[in-house]
Amino acid sequence: MTTTTPTATWIDACPTSRLHPEDGVAVLLPDGHQIALFRTRDHHLYAVDNIDPYTGAAVIARGIVGDRGGEPTIASPMLKNVFSLRTGQSLDDEHTRLNTWAVRQNQTTVQIAVPAQEQTP
Amino acid sequence: MEELVVIGNGMVGHRLVEALRDRDTAHHWHTTVVGEEPRTAYDRVALSSYLDGASAQDLSLTDVRGPHVDVHVNERATAIDRAHHTVTTATGRVLTYDRLVLATGSTPFVPPIPGHDLPGCHVYRTIEDLDAITASAQGARTGVVIGGGLLGLEAANALRLLGLQAHVVELAPHLMPAQIDEGAGALLRTLITDLGVHIHTGTASTAVEAGPDGRAARLALDTGTRLDTDLVVFSVGIRPRDDLARAADLTIGERGGIVIDDTCTTSDAHIHAIGEAAHHRGTVYGLIAPGNAMAEVVADRLVGGSATFTGADTSTKLKLLGVDVASFGDAHGRTPGALDVVVNDAAHRRYAKLVVSDDATTLLGGVLVGDASAYATLRPLVGSPLPGDPLALISPEGGATLGADALPDTAQICSCNAVTKGELTEAIARGNHDVPALKTCTKAGTSCGSCVPMLKQILTQAGIAQSKALCEHFPQSRAELVEIVQATGTTTFSALIEGHGTGHGCDVCKPAVASILASLGGGHILEGEQATLQDTNDRYLANMQRNGTYSVVPRIPGGEITPDKLIVIGEVARDFHLYTKITGGQRIDLFGARLEQLPAIWKRLVDAGFESGHAYGKSLRTVKSCVGTTWCRYGVQDSVGLAIRLEERYRGLRSPHKLKAAVSGCARECAEARGKDFGVIATDQGWNLYVGGNGGFTPRHAQLLAADLDEDTLTRYIDRFLMFYVRTADRLQRTAPWIESLEGGLDHLRDVVVHDRLGIADELETAMAHHVASYTDEWAAVLTDPDKLARFVSFTNAPDTPDPTISFTTTRDQPVPTTTTVNLGMPARRPQEATR
Ligand code: SRM
Ligand SMILES: Cc1cc2nc3c(=O)[nH]c(=O)nc-3n(C[C@H](O)[C@H](O)[C@H](O)COP(=O)(O)OP(=O)(O)OC[C@H]3O[C@@H](n4cnc5c(N)ncnc54)[C@H](O)[C@@H]3O)c2cc1C
Ligand code: SF4
Ligand code: FES
Repeated sequence: MTTTTPTATWIDACPTSRLHPEDGVAVLLPDGHQIALFRTRDHHLYAVDNIDPYTGAAVIARGIVGDRGGEPTIASPMLKNVFSLRTGQSLDDEHTRLNTWAVRQNQTTVQIAVPAQEQTP
Repeated sequence: MEELVVIGNGMVGHRLVEALRDRDTAHHWHTTVVGEEPRTAYDRVALSSYLDGASAQDLSLTDVRGPHVDVHVNERATAIDRAHHTVTTATGRVLTYDRLVLATGSTPFVPPIPGHDLPGCHVYRTIEDLDAITASAQGARTGVVIGGGLLGLEAANALRLLGLQAHVVELAPHLMPAQIDEGAGALLRTLITDLGVHIHTGTASTAVEAGPDGRAARLALDTGTRLDTDLVVFSVGIRPRDDLARAADLTIGERGGIVIDDTCTTSDAHIHAIGEAAHHRGTVYGLIAPGNAMAEVVADRLVGGSATFTGADTSTKLKLLGVDVASFGDAHGRTPGALDVVVNDAAHRRYAKLVVSDDATTLLGGVLVGDASAYATLRPLVGSPLPGDPLALISPEGGATLGADALPDTAQICSCNAVTKGELTEAIARGNHDVPALKTCTKAGTSCGSCVPMLKQILTQAGIAQSKALCEHFPQSRAELVEIVQATGTTTFSALIEGHGTGHGCDVCKPAVASILASLGGGHILEGEQATLQDTNDRYLANMQRNGTYSVVPRIPGGEITPDKLIVIGEVARDFHLYTKITGGQRIDLFGARLEQLPAIWKRLVDAGFESGHAYGKSLRTVKSCVGTTWCRYGVQDSVGLAIRLEERYRGLRSPHKLKAAVSGCARECAEARGKDFGVIATDQGWNLYVGGNGGFTPRHAQLLAADLDEDTLTRYIDRFLMFYVRTADRLQRTAPWIESLEGGLDHLRDVVVHDRLGIADELETAMAHHVASYTDEWAAVLTDPDKLARFVSFTNAPDTPDPTISFTTTRDQPVPTTTTVNLGMPARRPQEATR
């Protein structure tokens, strides 16, 4: 996702060279939030919560990237729950979702947008 | 509560108690069973496997004892008092009944020829008979079976298994005269003679003659010949055990058997008879299926039902000495005007005969020898219009095209348990969508198993996708993908999905393909794109725990470890503050390592000579061992040495599911080898190889694949077995279900592994040799590769900052994960196959 929020601050996550296709990385925000950052094979960038809502473990970045019926997905490595990378919505359980974060490539750096006033969405 | 007494705890008596237990949910009946044999009911149909590795325990049927069922074994009923409704037993027990069931089975008939009762003369019916035959076979060289019927041929095979030269003497002009015709008998004779069994047909036995030790030594034949032999097995037929019934004045059939009507009731309304002891409309059945049907009828009647028994199908399909033989319906063409359609293909060792109505439109019966694969489709068609030219049905290509859809709803699919196609379709409609579910709910497929392929077809026909597609991205099965990868030399997932799949993949196909690429020699599993395919644990070469930390398991081959190495493990655990535990796999697990700590921990371990234990992979886990001859006073071989050699040979081999193995130094089996995917047990001759065992959700005992092997042959067989499994099993299918899924099961596997019937043994061995030669320690490779090491960081923007959500508390002096409050109120759903 490359849309920006007007009140957002862009935080450097990592050099683009560190983000390989379908190989997630975890990013620690200044406020202690953890983000799982991904690049898909067709070079879309996605950022979602790193904490698996089912177990509370910070592991989403270590999951398998794929697709379900064309929707880009991430499967939590813990109990294999699958979420949409676009919306963060669990594809098996309508009541659960991951927060998503705006993300962009700025020159050679990947950046994540953090809401300016309230940093805990 | 009313009292039911059952005399006889054989297969049919057992089935009755089981069927009643299932139906009598209100506990109207209390059942007492008296059985003369020293053990509770066992699978007599599978009796011969007792000489092929199965134990009495393996053969035993479900335990039905409980608050409503008493079973007295080792106790013979001696009299029935119909006036007072009592049964007296040999121990003096007197049982009062409201209803009595006679399930006394039959006894083998021993023709009264001179010498028939000499020591060394046997019959073949009970476990004790087999023990006696085994004892007689000690030191013996030759054995003769009198009788070339179904049981006689089984007995001949038993003698072969005991290492004897076997002869079969049959009075009729050809083998199995009751089931098959002359043409089929001739082929069967050829096939069995090729296996080294001597067949004498059209020959009568006139006397058993004793040797100087008073034991059977010769069999005299009416041809004037004398066969030297060390033991004789009589298998010329059976006689219903109707003695008790006779003494109680129940009506007995002309040629024996307790006469019953269609409700399975004898001439006394309070007494039923079932199984081989019963005589129904002029027939005494010598097969299990009709007996089971009678048992179901009586159970139904006991709970107020109105089921009837109106006769049964005597169709059979068997494997005799590895030869397929089937006969069904009017196999002998006794229906007036019946026509035969025969394919007698001597070159391909196949004989098939169909008996059809005079207008060639209706199938009446048939005989198949050499290849009975068409049996499952043909037998249920008996009495139905033929779907096409009868000759086409039995020509080699024809049988396969004829499917379940050709059958009417009334067609009986499972003859052992009398289940029709209609009943199965109904069960499917109720939501039983796979073979195991159908087995549980209808009992179809639970006896001889020959109808299982039909069950699959009916599921498919009902529109239940017995899809073999791996997932939405690949229409192929795992085995098909293996073939594609082999044939095309594909080395990456991207190339495979581009050429043969759709979309981007998912957590099902990616790890499966990663495993295939690795099994076929694809290099390090964290190399480039490969890393992104790996499942949770493989991805960081460690096992993820519930708080996102990892466990570390160094390999300890065979469970043998030096004190120095133990100290290193202790020091590493202490320095990194890890929880330690001895695993169920004879090694040590270190828990609570953070992702970014893994390289440092492994550096210490690798420097001390440890390597990856692959606790994370779908690959060889451990080869467990007992101390064997190294220490144990009972050991007959060096089990530790062999376990280490096997573990070092197969370590790192990626497979469809995890692989476990064990080696025991003697038959006491302290290493639990029969609970493993492959287990080796020492004998004084060498090693026995067992395959297909596991613990876990559905425990299975491994079955004997080959006996008394030297180490070289053993290793070659295991090489073939494992590679065949790696190439053909489904994803996440362990060896036991895989063997079950093979057409022909264990026999087929033995054909491939031991007899090389597919001619692929060399190829499988070469593939394994390649694996062995190219093995390197995965962890050592990571430590020397900066690109791979770069993956082991907590945060890409703060590589060494520990994950703030991880914390530990102390339990029994060791660190354990703090149960985070985040867990509370969180949905607790687990998608299927969550475990790894
Ligand atoms: C550590 C250990 C328990 C222990 O403290 O003893 C263990 C731990 C796990 N077992 Fe196990 N099993 C362990 C011995 C066993 C045994 C006993 C044995 O091997 O003798 C069994 C039964 C024997 C068998 O497998 O046939 C066993 C049957 C299972 C199963 C069921 C397999 C099945 O076919 O039904 C699973 C689930 C699966 O693999 O899908 C499983 C899965 C697991 C997993 C991987 C579950 C998971 O996804 O986290 C556990 C993680 C291991 C880790 O983090 O290191 N574990 N597990 C044992 C490690 C042995 C080793 O040294 O490698
Ligand atoms: C080696 C072998 C292979 C076979 N293979 C096949 C096959 O492939 N297909 C097939 O359909 N059938 C096969 N059969 C036949 C099948 O086993 C029988 O049809 C089946 O066991 C009959 O069951 P039953 O309960 O009537 O008799 P049994 O199983 O013989 O049980 C009768 C029981 O009653 C006990 N008993 C008798 N009298 C008394 C008494 N007075 N008091 C207490 N207990 C008593 C007996 O000891 C026995 O345990 C095979 C049989 C053998 C021996
Ligand atoms: S299996 Fe046999 S050799 Fe091994 S420890 Fe047990 S008794 Fe000893
Ligand atoms: S036909 Fe034997 S189990 Fe079904």
